[in-house]
Amino acid sequence: MKFDTLSLHAGQQPDSATGARATPIYQSASYVFRDADHAASVFNIERTGHVYSRVSNPTNAVLEERISALEGGVGAIATASGQAAFHLALATILSAGDHVVSSQSIYGGSHNLLSYTMPRFGVETTFVHPRNLDAIRNAIRPNTRLIFGEVVGNPGCEILDVPKVADIAHEHAIPLMIDSTFTTPYLCQPFDLGADIVFHSATKFLSGHGIVIGGLLVDGGRFDWLNSGKFPTLTEPYDGFHGLNFAEEFGPAAYITRARKEGARDFGACMSPTTAFYVLQGLETLPLRMEKHVSNTRLIVDFLHSHPAVDWVSYPELSNHPDYELSKQLLPKGAGAVFAFGVKGGRQAGHQFIAKLNLFSNLANVGDAKSLVVHPASTTHHRMDTQALEAAGISEGLVRLSVGLEDPDDLIADLEAGLKASQRSR
Amino acid sequence: MKILVNDSPAYFFTGGREIDPSRASVVFVHGASLDHTVWTLPARHFARRGYNVLAVDLPGHGLSQGECQAEISNYADWLIDLLDAAGIEQTAVVGHSMGSLIALDCAGRHPERIRALVLVGTAVPMPVTDYLLNAAKDNVHEAIEMLTAWGHSPSAHFGGNETPGMWMIGGLMRLFERGQTGVLHNDLLACNNYSNGMEAARQVSCPSMLILGQHDMLTPARVAKSLAAEIKNSQTVVFEKTGHTIMSEQPDALLDCLIKII
Repeated sequence: MKFDTLSLHAGQQPDSATGARATPIYQSASYVFRDADHAASVFNIERTGHVYSRVSNPTNAVLEERISALEGGVGAIATASGQAAFHLALATILSAGDHVVSSQSIYGGSHNLLSYTMPRFGVETTFVHPRNLDAIRNAIRPNTRLIFGEVVGNPGCEILDVPKVADIAHEHAIPLMIDSTFTTPYLCQPFDLGADIVFHSATKFLSGHGIVIGGLLVDGGRFDWLNSGKFPTLTEPYDGFHGLNFAEEFGPAAYITRARKEGARDFGACMSPTTAFYVLQGLETLPLRMEKHVSNTRLIVDFLHSHPAVDWVSYPELSNHPDYELSKQLLPKGAGAVFAFGVKGGRQAGHQFIAKLNLFSNLANVGDAKSLVVHPASTTHHRMDTQALEAAGISEGLVRLSVGLEDPDDLIADLEAGLKASQRSR
Repeated sequence: MKILVNDSPAYFFTGGREIDPSRASVVFVHGASLDHTVWTLPARHFARRGYNVLAVDLPGHGLSQGECQAEISNYADWLIDLLDAAGIEQTAVVGHSMGSLIALDCAGRHPERIRALVLVGTAVPMPVTDYLLNAAKDNVHEAIEMLTAWGHSPSAHFGGNETPGMWMIGGLMRLFERGQTGVLHNDLLACNNYSNGMEAARQVSCPSMLILGQHDMLTPARVAKSLAAEIKNSQTVVFEKTGHTIMSEQPDALLDCLIKII
């Protein structure tokens, strides 16, 4: 089945108990076993089924299957947030003494986790510019266990050359992990480009309406953990589960099975089934919404690009963007709906611009059906120092837009009013 | 664990237990170009209950070395050699798809070694279309896509996996993709060319069970029923709305059947 069909149906059968066509919200903490032997069998992974909703839940399972189908993976885990998915992704394969090579153009929260929190647990990260493939290659050490990046960087829209970076990772027998939040599987399927692990903040375009916090971790199932020899959590007996060897017993599903059997169990950052229900509703219209997000974005980019009050616009579909050709290659359906631009006049003009907007909401989120605006240097990326901001391509006057689904004429009128106000003091 | 079979390392998953020839045994045999991981759940079940479990990787598959075999009977001979190497006199054997032909051939030619026979997603003959064979030879991924599409019931294409959060279609494709070059074509050709099925069926003397999928497009249940008629002491179970990939589409119902006969 094709993408639009999968976005509506994948993972779900009409409810066997009631015939309900919509996915029911199974708001239950735990599940009744048939008898003691059945209980032991489910616990020991001899039989399928749910034990406790921290580890798995029937509503969440539909969502997990659906995102797996849309990404072309083998399985997924729904988590409490995108950051919970990121942490689960890291903790499943990294241990103290390991090292990560990360794009420097990533979400501020991800940068924070890698820069400040993971080092406390003995995991270090080297940040590199996503366009500098030599820097990525040169940053790899004997103890490097992961390369990480976003398809479209945040907020500068740097495009990661996923196929080439995947080749670098695989030359060193390590996986490539992608935060695919901005692109969603509708615009880009990183597994087809060579990536091995994908995670999303489902808070954004997947749910699409700014009403939930959630994350999804997806396993592509292609990375050969056994032959790599660098990932003992997957290839050696696990004392925490009676000597279970995940790669030996679950083959292509080793990574996601360990993430569930250990990470979901021990860290406990599970998604609420009610949240999963909301994300499922969002996924049903993902193709329609992403088309509209992109078409509105293109109109707004054109408007801003030719506006006299705008210094610059960074959107990969503009021919002056450094990743213009790469964007056409990797993102033929569109480069997303989140991009940055600079208002002439710097920080003060930027603030005046945002203050005048009525339709765009000034808040720290992206991927809502409603259009959003934010000043990253003072909000989403405020924990980064000046040097890190510069390295991430975030100037003080940079404004980030997340273009929603409103009529583009209304959006452009709102931006026009804001830009006019931004220039009044000049 | 690995042991030498005909001087070549052969892998089988034991469910984490040592092999003890004094205990009852069960051997699981996977299908074309797959490996032991299709049997992980039932293997874990029988291991925990004290059985010797040997979920094998056939030669040239998974973690076993050696060359894949051109004939089903060669695979069956290898299986007997494996039992000898492991010190196992008699065993139950469970085979899926190509593995069911191997199990049947074993039980027919070596009835004294097999105490119970389970054929999952089976049919005799097991013809493979020229189109699929050619694809497996020239464009393996196209063949994998065909096998994945035809291998699942219409219902399974929507998902609803009994194993939470796992996408059956993606899982099977990835497992096929792991196969070594040429193995898929070799195995499909071996299935296509196997002609001893009915004769082997008439020689089977142990209790037997055929477990079939109502919507199996690769080994249709109606074809398998004529095979069942040739096996003296057999019973047939047909799972409704189920395709060829019975282990992933109906893992718990399959285990319930296995418990009854093993």
